[in-house]
Amino acid sequence: MSRHRMRPARAAVVAAALLAAPAHATTVYVSNEKGNSVSVIDVDSLKVTATWPVGRRPRGITVGKDGSLLYVCASDDDRIDVLDTKTGKIVRSLRAGPDPEQFIAHPSGNPLYVANEDDSQVTVLDIEKNKVVAEVPVGVEPEGMGLSPDGSILVNTSETTNMAHFIDTKSFQVIDNVLVDARPRFAEFSRDGKFLWVSAEVGGTVSVIDVETRKVVKKITFKIPGVTDEQIQPVGVRLTKDGGKAFVALGPANRVAVVDARTYEVQKYLPVGQRVWQLAFTPDQKLLFTTNGTSNDVSVIDVEGLRVTKSIPVGLLPWGVAVSPQ
Amino acid sequence: MVALRTAALAPALLALLAGAPGALAQTPAPPAAAQASEIRIGLIYRPAPAPSSYDAQAAPEDEGLAGAKLAIQDNTATGRFVGQRYALDAVALATAAPGEPAPQSPVEAARELAAKGLRFLVLALPADEVLAVADALKGSGIVLFNAAAPDDRLRGADCRANIFHVAPSRAMQTDALAQFLAFMRWRKLFLITGPQDGDKLWAEAMKRSAKKFGLQIAAERPWTFGPLARARGDTPTRAEALVFTRGLDYDVAVVADEAGDFGDYVPFHTVDPRPVVGTQGLVPTTWHPTLEVWGAAQAQNRFRRLAGRLMRPLDYQVWAALRTVGEAAFQTKTTDPAALMAAIADPAFTLPGYKGVALSYRPWDHQLRQPLLLVQPQALVAVAPEQGYLHQRTPLDTLGIDLPETQCRLTKS
Repeated sequence: MSRHRMRPARAAVVAAALLAAPAHATTVYVSNEKGNSVSVIDVDSLKVTATWPVGRRPRGITVGKDGSLLYVCASDDDRIDVLDTKTGKIVRSLRAGPDPEQFIAHPSGNPLYVANEDDSQVTVLDIEKNKVVAEVPVGVEPEGMGLSPDGSILVNTSETTNMAHFIDTKSFQVIDNVLVDARPRFAEFSRDGKFLWVSAEVGGTVSVIDVETRKVVKKITFKIPGVTDEQIQPVGVRLTKDGGKAFVALGPANRVAVVDARTYEVQKYLPVGQRVWQLAFTPDQKLLFTTNGTSNDVSVIDVEGLRVTKSIPVGLLPWGVAVSPQ
Repeated sequence: MVALRTAALAPALLALLAGAPGALAQTPAPPAAAQASEIRIGLIYRPAPAPSSYDAQAAPEDEGLAGAKLAIQDNTATGRFVGQRYALDAVALATAAPGEPAPQSPVEAARELAAKGLRFLVLALPADEVLAVADALKGSGIVLFNAAAPDDRLRGADCRANIFHVAPSRAMQTDALAQFLAFMRWRKLFLITGPQDGDKLWAEAMKRSAKKFGLQIAAERPWTFGPLARARGDTPTRAEALVFTRGLDYDVAVVADEAGDFGDYVPFHTVDPRPVVGTQGLVPTTWHPTLEVWGAAQAQNRFRRLAGRLMRPLDYQVWAALRTVGEAAFQTKTTDPAALMAAIADPAFTLPGYKGVALSYRPWDHQLRQPLLLVQPQALVAVAPEQGYLHQRTPLDTLGIDLPETQCRLTKS
């Protein structure tokens, strides 16, 4: 009851904040797994402008279609927090099944496909109705989530089962399982939808899977002088829009590998912060942001020049990163 | 599904018609033979004896067994995507009681499981019993996993081709500790050795590790005061120092007490303020409740839901043995025992085990390569191999007996 009466007042505050804020620039959001917070970075100044408290153990993070809402997996609270990106306040919390870790949104913005790490399932969540549409059983410790560009095929990787599960987004049935190397962490479709890139953290490789035949067509390996093979642990993978390059975060190797996405040759290793996991491009793909868990910072990569230009201190144990669409 | 089951039942029916007496006695057909897609794995273990009326740290009765159950659950979760099923046959050996007939021996238990068609047996038993089972099953094609015995001789002069060792050897444990001490520059060791055989072997391993990593045994004493750590509840103790620790020049006390009889009594009872490491104090181990990185938190949670308690090192070691079989079956997409054995022995085989790196078996002695945790009761202190300890193959081979020094000569079993 009282909540309804509050509404006009809150709207006024939001309006005031809007008027006061400068023209909205591109914003980077970083989930801090041990900080239980989200660090907000302004892309123009490359400075942290705010730190927002969220639920416990925030990991997966994504921005809604129009940039007004931010979704954060609060793994230890078994929910997804939805934040208003203007105020940084949690506006609702979604029931996401137990231990949500990573998720991906349908191209239309709804539903959200959530990997429930502790419960060996993928939850399909209607975010408008806050309703679970389906629960798809997958392998042990589901983590990576990829969606084909047309939204028809969802891929989940399970870290202990070591498979990429192909899920039909209409029937919610697992249609195929592709075995990859140990501890697959991340799945990324090429823009044309023909290939799927899957990183294997313990295996130390990235498998490129032909989506049509569901066969591994290439296994990319990494070698860095002075770094042991054990330290090379691929996690986040991002492909450029033109299909030319892939960036692979190599965990405790403290490097991001630049791979020619057509020949699969590794071109360069960019030194970043410690234990680099997740990656996100700015919408124009001029910059790439990395989360460095152990050094508690974010590295900024100049995509054109293939150089690391800055490191920005954030909260405790940065895990995921998302960028606003503007 | 139905067609498969009928086909699989046929040999059993034929055996019945032929009037084979063995087949009549066994009501259900041997499961492993009946289901081509099923892998049954055996576990032979000795449950911890019932604790006294009050024991704050009694070993749970299902130690090891609960790890096997978790592995079956994990293997099954993956197996259903590739048409494989997993099942466990666990045999809890009774301890001999006076006046009663001798209970089943490990060899008898192993033979029984072998007769049921099982091809993979996990043993949580002492070294002599592991060897007895290995020799009894020699040539049968059955693969054994040693999940508990740390004895270096099982990986050395007494090694057997049909055993894979999941438990870390004493040499691996003491190397892990020695690396940590060398890293901290705590070089002068005071070694306190217990009266039991295992204690002496542990102390020998520690001396070898000290030499390997440039540490010095500055002083050495046998422990002759009985199980003082176990008496903690009987007599309220007061502040007092152990006289035999007086007048020594050392950085750190190292206790060799595998049974846990006195090691926990030594900290804070030395004359000089010195940390205690070894089998108590700071200890090298495979698993600890404080491990949560590398996905371990998920394994800890799954285990706790299943067993209603925290996962212990033996649970982890048994889990790793059963997961080895599952992992080989997934990677080779077969349940054929011979193919799985070849896959496990292949140097390219790897097992993920929540340690941040892939685990694998050393070809020269079948020992599982693995990082070891250095823990104190409530905290993870370090993980060995320490950074900077390099090796031409993998830093993991800085722990334990390396190829050039091994006494193991594996011959076909």
